[in-house]
Amino acid sequence: MRDAFVRALSELAEQDERILLVNGDLGFGVLTDFIERFPSQYVNAGIAEQNMTAIACGSALTGARAFTYSIGNFPTLRCLEQLRNDVCYHHADVTVVAVGGGFSYGQLGVSHFATEDLAIMRSLPGMTVVAPSDPWQAYELTMQLHARGGPAYLRIDKGSAGLGAGPVELGKVRMVREGSDAVLFATGGILSEALRAADELDAEGISTRVVDVHTIKPLDGDGIVAAASECGHVITLEEHVVTGGLGSAVAEACADARVPLKSFRRIGLEDVFPEIVGDQAYLRARFGLDATSVANSIRMVVN
Amino acid sequence: MTNSEELALRLRRHVVRMCNRGGSSHVGSGLSMADIIAVLYGEVLLLDPTRPDWPARDRFILSKGHAGACVYAALAERGFFDVSELAAHYTNGSRLSGHVSHKGVPGVELSTGSLGHGLGIGAGMAFNFKRMGGQQRVFVVLSDGECDEGSVWEAALFAGHHRLSNLCVVIDYNKLQSIGRVSDTINLEPLGAKWRAFGWHTVRVDGHDHDALRSAFEERAENRPTCIVADTVKGRGVSFMEDQVLWHYRAPKGEEFVAAMLELGVDVTGAPNA
Repeated sequence: MRDAFVRALSELAEQDERILLVNGDLGFGVLTDFIERFPSQYVNAGIAEQNMTAIACGSALTGARAFTYSIGNFPTLRCLEQLRNDVCYHHADVTVVAVGGGFSYGQLGVSHFATEDLAIMRSLPGMTVVAPSDPWQAYELTMQLHARGGPAYLRIDKGSAGLGAGPVELGKVRMVREGSDAVLFATGGILSEALRAADELDAEGISTRVVDVHTIKPLDGDGIVAAASECGHVITLEEHVVTGGLGSAVAEACADARVPLKSFRRIGLEDVFPEIVGDQAYLRARFGLDATSVANSIRMVVN
Repeated sequence: MTNSEELALRLRRHVVRMCNRGGSSHVGSGLSMADIIAVLYGEVLLLDPTRPDWPARDRFILSKGHAGACVYAALAERGFFDVSELAAHYTNGSRLSGHVSHKGVPGVELSTGSLGHGLGIGAGMAFNFKRMGGQQRVFVVLSDGECDEGSVWEAALFAGHHRLSNLCVVIDYNKLQSIGRVSDTINLEPLGAKWRAFGWHTVRVDGHDHDALRSAFEERAENRPTCIVADTVKGRGVSFMEDQVLWHYRAPKGEEFVAAMLELGVDVTGAPNA
């Protein structure tokens, strides 16, 4: 997913000299080609995320189309006020790219778990929030974010859904599996667990629709409400706390539209910090975000 | 009195009036930097009030956004909008917020108010101008207390490293911060030496001496950003406000307002709010 983003950015940089990548001193080996090809469109701000964001914002306010790049919470939480006051209030054309959504860096510990970013970024006025589910989607959505312009947040995940390329439109949900008994909304690479859960349930005669919500903001309220109305049982899945992220966004859309639901359940990290480490698959299972846990939840509400 | 000195006097009158009408804080902060702002807006900044978005203009950022009244006054005096609009400062429904805002206010480049933001943005602007071959200069005014913020030094490192000679910082060094003396809070000395060590061309001037400010702005290092440490007096121009932390907060009302304006050469006895 990360390489797909860099490929998209390189193509954009080639066509548009206003593109400026402001790096937070990360991406060893990943950005080498970009740096060599576009020396005047790249700057390493060092280990200083507040200033990375400020440099991107100041550049954007004088005509650049800026991208900041770092991992985990560094380009979001460390410089949250720069994003709020400077980037968003000035509607500056800055796209924040965070590599390592959710438990992507599962062995590195809690500092590297990006598990509140969607909620926090979603609350900033004017901020577009995108979490692709596959590398091809990271490429397509980078192109569409560029066309739309910042402020934007792009959450890059190590996991991926494993689906083939298809049409994707920023701000529109994407049904990736038909179903009518329940609808499962997922965002980011964890869509893979949603698809596996639906496979498991299918064998038992429970037909689960799976919807990819790659754009958390602006949220496709109509698409969500339609799927929720048709299926009745609504489940959300995110590698993120259950507060304020995808689950909250879907709940808000359904409540605003007064959709009469049979049940509603958010699956995500509860109000805790994981105090253990492990790979992404291990942590998903440990905290109830894997296909088995998701299938169990759906079984309980549908039966 | 030179033109810029006359402008500084008018800015001081506006600041006192605006803080009186709105009942707002930070009168001392505005008076402290009135001379710096007058020299910048009167003589140094390349601007066109009829075209606030003119791409070739110089950029000015007030990082100590709490002193925004003085910048609004300078913009009005330069003709970006009518002086009469200053009366709306701090009032219900007004765009002239206590901390400087760019929304709907022609000429303001950056909204600030949270300290430590302006220099990084200014460095980003200067970096991008340099990258794109632009001739614009970028000026940022910081407060002294603001230099407690780590983000100031992140930006100072960046600007020094990239030799942003089109960037100029002025520190309004009035030696008072929010609730006490800078030297008792977080001592900044040796302040000039710190900026020099970060790769900046550094000059120290009397921040109320227009000739000294003028030459400091003219004196550009070829391949380094410039930091002007401007020694100032908080509340300058109104004797009973000078060097008093109280006037970081207190709004001049009644007799205090009349006395302050008299010192600035205007008799407002009998005026509303006097």
